[in-house]
Amino acid sequence: MSPDTLELFRYFVIFIILLFISGIYCILVSFNLIRALIGLEVLIKAATLLIILAGYVSGRSALAQAIVITLIVIEIAVMVVAGGVAFWAFRYNKTIDPRRLSNLRG
Amino acid sequence: MTIRLIRSIVGLALTSAILSVIMYRLNSPLAAVFELSVCSGLISVIFITTVSFTQRISKERLLIRRRERLARFLYLPFIIIVAGVLLMQYLKIPQFDLSVPAKGPDVRRVLWNLRHLDLLGQVIILLAGVFGVVILFKETDK
Repeated sequence: MSPDTLELFRYFVIFIILLFISGIYCILVSFNLIRALIGLEVLIKAATLLIILAGYVSGRSALAQAIVITLIVIEIAVMVVAGGVAFWAFRYNKTIDPRRLSNLRG
Repeated sequence: MTIRLIRSIVGLALTSAILSVIMYRLNSPLAAVFELSVCSGLISVIFITTVSFTQRISKERLLIRRRERLARFLYLPFIIIVAGVLLMQYLKIPQFDLSVPAKGPDVRRVLWNLRHLDLLGQVIILLAGVFGVVILFKETDK
């Protein structure tokens, strides 16, 4: 790895960390299931960027792309099911505020 | 609430679009196309569909929520914005030449020959998602 690529990696990683913090902040602050899902999406975007960057600096872009495609497929399945869960949570409870979803409380 | 949620979803779609441009510049065109079409398009559609089934909250509850949100993590957005601006200004990021051709095998060869177990996993995950949606939206017997 050349020093130039290493420096590029360092700069990108700083902003990826900021993206991670934004995603975690979104999940922690919002009392809304859909907004929490958006926070999860931001976290996944940071992970995607990190994988692509790792592939670029190590010269294995093809492998990184294959992994990212798998990640995107998993992301779709998770988001579709989570969207359905949010929809039914609203249908039954008339709210998507996680504090008020007490049906599963043991 | 609904309008603010839709604004958040549009922001997420824009983030995906910007990310796909970065991915394209980092020698990953196939992943960039997937990101743009799926994450920026399909997932936004899923979110907007879900939001369209919900309803607005009252203005009183909106004010209460805003106050609660401010009380919880007031400083973190400012810290993130200030950190980003400071990093941009003081790190003096040099101009990188990103036009290095990709090394190694082609992505199609990697995906179909080396990572075929991943493809099997993707099919299983998609089927699990489909079954999840079918079970969620199955009409309950009355």
